[in-house]
Amino acid sequence: MSGDGAPARKPARTGFSFRRFGAVLTKEFIQMRRDRITFAMMIGLPLVQLFLFGFAINADPHHLPTLVEMGDNGPLTRAVIAGMQQSDYFDFKGEVAGIAAGEEVLRRGEANFVVVIPQNFERDVIRGRMPEILIAADASDPSAVGGAAAALSGIVSVAVREVLTGPLAMPSGAPPFSVTVHREYNPEGKTSTNIVPGLLAIILSMTMVMITAVAIVKETERGTMEMLIATPVRPFEVMLGKILPYVFVGYVQTIVFLIAAAVIFHVPFEGSWLAFFLGFNLYIVVNLALGFLISTASRNQMQAMQLSFFTILPSILLSGFMFPFAGMPGWAQVLGTGVPATHFLRIIRAVMLKGGDVADVGPQCLALGIILVVISGIAMLRYRQTLD
Amino acid sequence: MSEPLVIEVSGLTKRFGERTVVDHFDIRVPKGAIYGFLGPNGSGKTTTIRMLCGLLTPDEGEGTCLGFDVRHEASRIKEEAGYMTQKFSLYEDLSIRENLDFVARMYRLDRRKERVQVALDELGLADRAKQLAGTLSGGWKQRLALAACLLHEPKLLLLDEPTAGVDPKARRDFWDEIRRLSAKGVTVLVSTHYMDEAVQCDFITYIAYGKKLIDGPSAMIPALVGLETWRVEGPNLGALAERLKAEPGVEQVARFGAVLHISGTDKPLLNQTVERLKAEETHHWSLQVAGLEEAFIYLMAGARDNFALDTPPEIAA
Repeated sequence: MSGDGAPARKPARTGFSFRRFGAVLTKEFIQMRRDRITFAMMIGLPLVQLFLFGFAINADPHHLPTLVEMGDNGPLTRAVIAGMQQSDYFDFKGEVAGIAAGEEVLRRGEANFVVVIPQNFERDVIRGRMPEILIAADASDPSAVGGAAAALSGIVSVAVREVLTGPLAMPSGAPPFSVTVHREYNPEGKTSTNIVPGLLAIILSMTMVMITAVAIVKETERGTMEMLIATPVRPFEVMLGKILPYVFVGYVQTIVFLIAAAVIFHVPFEGSWLAFFLGFNLYIVVNLALGFLISTASRNQMQAMQLSFFTILPSILLSGFMFPFAGMPGWAQVLGTGVPATHFLRIIRAVMLKGGDVADVGPQCLALGIILVVISGIAMLRYRQTLD
Repeated sequence: MSEPLVIEVSGLTKRFGERTVVDHFDIRVPKGAIYGFLGPNGSGKTTTIRMLCGLLTPDEGEGTCLGFDVRHEASRIKEEAGYMTQKFSLYEDLSIRENLDFVARMYRLDRRKERVQVALDELGLADRAKQLAGTLSGGWKQRLALAACLLHEPKLLLLDEPTAGVDPKARRDFWDEIRRLSAKGVTVLVSTHYMDEAVQCDFITYIAYGKKLIDGPSAMIPALVGLETWRVEGPNLGALAERLKAEPGVEQVARFGAVLHISGTDKPLLNQTVERLKAEETHHWSLQVAGLEEAFIYLMAGARDNFALDTPPEIAA
């Protein structure tokens, strides 16, 4: 195998080799494809999270079972029932006789609401006596009550307007049930519109940081790094070749995510694609750098995994994803400002919901840039030390 | 030494924190030689090999490997040296062909496909080229690792305990290959724990506590160790061996079939003991020229003791 006299290699060059970089890149893709579980996780995890957070965590639930005690049987009352049947908020289950029976139903948890329409309801509305509709609500889940109560007012107002026409029409501007719900950027008051864009920030930080850290540590843990550095390959070629495939993964995740957000959750995309693209790429690079930093601090894949989890909690709790950022105590806001997800969250909400353009996301991009410089600076320092 | 020197270093020193792992190591390796590195675990063999092939930068010392400066031309050394690690270090989740192809690309080899195919044919793995490397047995992994090291036709081969966990047949085949490479002019540096492998080397250096204690051609090692050896034949050797271990001057009792080899470095003391036992006239005693085997058993036994002590004992004569 040796010493046939033919030159085995090109003369030594010291610069960056695209061929070697390409070889590392190809190898990484093959390994990614072979590791079915991780690959499934990369694509499956975003979808699972999207469904979990998008549907299950819902501060404004719909289809709440409701019974009605009918004290009146006129056209207006029937219009109210019809309105409730069509509504998203209520799931009209039928009638109930008497307040005692209604309370029994609530106690057994068979319905969230019992709506009591008083006797002579229609007549009293027409006469301007401001009849009182009673909602007996199961308040054990308080968040389920507020939205539905407001919705009922709306339904009755509509019914009043539709049924009492002509001479019976109520004077406009003074309906017996005035409803004032003002929700900017999110006219339907859907939680998912608020949650879903923020989820992209969480999903990306979760998968990008963890997968990068693990992929790099895997090389040292399995001893293959020793073989790699015994070849003429340069550290930069290895790093770039290993990291780039995960940028690709981030792109795939984002595309899957955007499609699901639009098709399933009907989340609008109001703003500039360029602004989104800028912030998104910056955010991916910041997360890869963070994963790289974690890999320099971990000796095995388990440690890399655990350290990655530490970065995920602040992303969820301190970024403004879970709780409004302005509502957090001052020290928490200071910590949150250092979390990359905080800034990407603002970028993506600004772009998708508020129609933001490049100028609108400038300050956030700058903040991400500063975080990137700090993280990669520390990572490079640590990497130099661990090489020898 | 008529052959030109491939490695010529002096004063190589490496510290990890406070610990000096390799302490002023000198070596001169002629072209085409098989040079054995012996010593206990943690004695600095691996660190020395890594400094020689440019994986680690020495803290002190200087010299050349393959004509390149070990401190400043590490990347040139890497281009022309092949390093086989102690642990299997190819990708277990890549196939045999993918691994070889990857290594070939790391060295930017021309005629890559052809070279990989030749290597597969020589390995006898051409029909299993698509099998994942992780599914190979220990012996096959070792052969694959060697083939990967040889793809770029290195002039120097550094083997770090290459045959750990490999069966005797595979080990013999492995050494046949090493001999063939050496005959073609490839210089081989090999670290090992096995006596039968040490015997195969042209030169031996013995390292303990990061210091070189013995260095020379294999044939001279017994003289350097300075052992006096007696050969004993007769009945009931097992009981005799037990008894001898407690006698003054006896440092080593090794059994070779129906004979015992009794060795020690303190000649007068050992001979005194032997004269006393000879008088019992139960066994036949004869003085023997100490061979490489005795020397290695002695070195290896001493190595285990070294490990427990705080200071390196005087082994060299």
